[in-house]
Amino acid sequence: MATLKKPNEEMQYIIATDVGSTTTKARFFHLKDGEWRFLVAGEAPTTVEAPYEDVTLGVQNAVREVEELTGHKLLSPEGSGIIIPYDGEKGVDLYCTTSSAGGGLQMMVAGLIKSMTAESANRAALGAGAIVMDVIARDDGRQPYQKIQRIRSLRPDMILMAGGTDGGAGSHVMEIAELIKAAEPKPRLGVSYELPIVYAGNKSLRTEIENLMKAGFALQMVDNIRPVLEVENTEPARRAVHELFMEHVMSHAPGYQKLMQWTDIDIMPTPAGEGMAMQLIANSYKQNVLGVGLGGATTNVYSVVDGRFVRSVSANLGMSYSVTNVMKEAGIDNIMRWIPFNLDKEEVASRLMNKMIRPTTIPQTLEDLIVEHSVAREALRLGLQHHRTIATRLKGIQLQRTISDMFEQAVAESYVEMMKINICAGTGGLLSHAPRRVQAMYILSDAWLPEGVTRMFQDSVFMMPHIGVLSTVYRDAAWSIFDKDCLVRMGTNISAAGTGKLGEHCMTVELDMPNGDHRKEELNFGEIRIVELGERDEAKCKITPAKEFDVGAGPGKERETTVSGGVAGIMMDARGRPLCMPENESQRKELLLNWFKSVQLYDPKQLEALI
Amino acid sequence: MVDKAKSKKTGGDDKETDEAHAYTPGLKVKKAMTVDKMRRLPILGEVFPKVGDRVEYNEIIARTEISGDPEIVKAAMILGVEAEDVPNFMKKKLGDKVEKGELIAFYTALFGLIKKRVESPIAGTIESISEITGQVIIRGSPIPVEVDAYIPGTIVEVTPREGARIETNAAFIQGIFGIGGEIHGDIHMIVDNNEQVLDTEMIKPEYKGLVLVGGSLVTLDALKKAAELGVSAIVSGGIRHQDLTTFIGEEIGVAITGQEEVGITLIVTEGFGNMAMSQRTFDLLREFEGFRACVNGATQIRAGVLRPEIIIPHELKARGGGDENLASGMVPGTPIRIIRQPYFGAIGKVHSLPVELQQLESESLVRVVNIELEDGRVVTVPRANVEIIEE
Repeated sequence: MATLKKPNEEMQYIIATDVGSTTTKARFFHLKDGEWRFLVAGEAPTTVEAPYEDVTLGVQNAVREVEELTGHKLLSPEGSGIIIPYDGEKGVDLYCTTSSAGGGLQMMVAGLIKSMTAESANRAALGAGAIVMDVIARDDGRQPYQKIQRIRSLRPDMILMAGGTDGGAGSHVMEIAELIKAAEPKPRLGVSYELPIVYAGNKSLRTEIENLMKAGFALQMVDNIRPVLEVENTEPARRAVHELFMEHVMSHAPGYQKLMQWTDIDIMPTPAGEGMAMQLIANSYKQNVLGVGLGGATTNVYSVVDGRFVRSVSANLGMSYSVTNVMKEAGIDNIMRWIPFNLDKEEVASRLMNKMIRPTTIPQTLEDLIVEHSVAREALRLGLQHHRTIATRLKGIQLQRTISDMFEQAVAESYVEMMKINICAGTGGLLSHAPRRVQAMYILSDAWLPEGVTRMFQDSVFMMPHIGVLSTVYRDAAWSIFDKDCLVRMGTNISAAGTGKLGEHCMTVELDMPNGDHRKEELNFGEIRIVELGERDEAKCKITPAKEFDVGAGPGKERETTVSGGVAGIMMDARGRPLCMPENESQRKELLLNWFKSVQLYDPKQLEALI
Repeated sequence: MVDKAKSKKTGGDDKETDEAHAYTPGLKVKKAMTVDKMRRLPILGEVFPKVGDRVEYNEIIARTEISGDPEIVKAAMILGVEAEDVPNFMKKKLGDKVEKGELIAFYTALFGLIKKRVESPIAGTIESISEITGQVIIRGSPIPVEVDAYIPGTIVEVTPREGARIETNAAFIQGIFGIGGEIHGDIHMIVDNNEQVLDTEMIKPEYKGLVLVGGSLVTLDALKKAAELGVSAIVSGGIRHQDLTTFIGEEIGVAITGQEEVGITLIVTEGFGNMAMSQRTFDLLREFEGFRACVNGATQIRAGVLRPEIIIPHELKARGGGDENLASGMVPGTPIRIIRQPYFGAIGKVHSLPVELQQLESESLVRVVNIELEDGRVVTVPRANVEIIEE
């Protein structure tokens, strides 16, 4: 890691970029009146592909746009980088970047037992920001020749291999190693690239592993990911993945050698930056957070529950390139169930296929927008479902835990329970660009079904990766910008868990509003309603659920708390958990329509015209 | 190659200039241009032609061998011995060639009452004998890989041991989506106009090996029959989503195609549903009826977009300046096509490019373009929802 040119307290200007697969986004930050704020954004196409094949060109174009918009000179002459430090007139004191260009970091993971070491290795790779292409394990149900064929067909950037406890039996671990070696995996980045492999398995096999793997791989050994069965220690493996990402993967991507010299701190994979931002929310509010980056190609879900951070990536769930894969995975009927008017299934399928082949187009009609929002709910739902398979407790052992570990877990099922989640946060084009703010909050609520009292946040102009990478060296500045300019407070969701009969009493919500008004809202089962409360406002709140329902204090138990407002307000949701969705089509459509109208999700006249 | 509009520019007098350069590139439909193809081996090998050589469609221009598939034999387990003892019972040593069924290890005990044999499951070479796992790995025979020229033309560049670049003069048509890999065939128009549906009764046995051009839609039955009869490729304006799913046996999740083994290459020029093939594409294909075409359905819609293609090599001279529209972006008068509802498929020309963001029916605030349609109406659509028609 390079050293900073100035100590944090002397910095005045910072620029951060994210080199995405299609767009490079620059964000310019400034210390003004003792407060770090976001100043302006610049964007340009990413130049990783031919004919440019040099990412720094895209970075320069994005930064140049910032220069043009501010008049503040940032680029040094003849494309030699960013002017650092700020000299009173030009330059910045810190430049940092994240990157997902060229497909990000693609890894293959291997372990001995699927639900133990292989699962731990998978979590470590995901936590490092990788897309995991496959997880190979001795008991993964495939024959050795099938595994070999699979490895031969993959083109990973890196392999993470775990297996065995320290001092435990070794021959089965060596079998996996021999299998990988025999398969001769070919790296994605070409013939001159030596494939990095991180070994995080049984320590006593290091010599044998070295003898086997040193020819043909760039081998790195780190502490065992499961030194004993009861402990998962992913941090050394995660760090090694990051280092190798810089040394090998990044240095082979076009222009990155140059970009690495420009930056003051290591380049970080975009999802790792986003994950840092989610952790920043959790740490700052000292609460449990469930976050999502709903992108065009992938959906990243992050959870920080009781200090445990876990990331999952659903590589083929997204709103443009992967939109038809959402249809494939969820099934067209699950998409159709969110549409409150008549539309032919085949027509919806064709529209989604047409969106996939022309991924940059946007909905012009309300009908089209509602179809996309329906897909988004399913992508988010499936993303969380996948996340729960990663955010699981260590399996089959007595509970004992390392405390410092960022991504660990505790029995059988996932510990990500919605009643425990205090904050939901979303980023990504569809959520950030939703024409009405309430839409992002409503879609997230439909998809994730928050329970109890949950604050809802959203990224304002796609800055989370930038803030995340900045937070690794200058937390205070990162939080100041995050709090004031990045996090849009959508409001608070109050949801009663449980189910009942439509129209019967579900909960009473009493609010002491900032203007002194006392509001009492009676909600029957199947209703959803919004009360306006401003972005920085708070209200004292008493929620009294009917005896079948729970808002966090137990069934039928009253809960008193303070709720925070937002651009959408306080959403009171008495539609049940699981969500009450009648099987009868016309009843379902009628109910959906009532909900949409109640929260003013769309323009009522336009909506009426579609019915 | 994306919209360079600077949305965040505030209060500048130069807004017009930047805005005017906004464009979304369209698919290429060219009567004559220089097409070049880099043909590359997956790993290093031998490249045959030299710069300046003339090559034909099916000529092999490079060859290599990839290592054969390995077969893992659990020798210790079969012999019933400890892993570390396996080398003692091997009848073959590292590097030895073996035939399928040949004895590679043998164990006998109790004066020959117990006999355990390990035979090679494949022909190959002994690659490793492990004392830790007791496994023997036999590497199968190398698999030859050949790369053909795909397009006829002249070699303009050779990358030693990797591949060569071939250049030819050709008509070049990009589709929006395809399935199936590289194939050749003579172009045959099977419909009278671009709005006609290509149905099963139109497909005849004599079309074997041809590239059939349809109109607005190709039906599932037509596709099946064409594949059965050995038609090389079908080019159509649209296809129904359900028909495609049934034909290839699975739903397309992510648009990375070209590897399907369905016996035919399909190129869709407009999209999913019943969609009349663009008149220009249709007319161009008709002009080259009877010409040999090189067709590839491979599609990849990610960064580094790959669209399916029809290359028709010919001797007509290339016209210069075809990319001028793209270079200058979208300006009033630029011919464009709308690529999303509610005007999907409509053709028109740019009427004006308002600078300010405008609200759509969906209530999104976006940059728009006003388009004069062929019927004289002027409609407003997001700039993201149009593509430039290259002329």
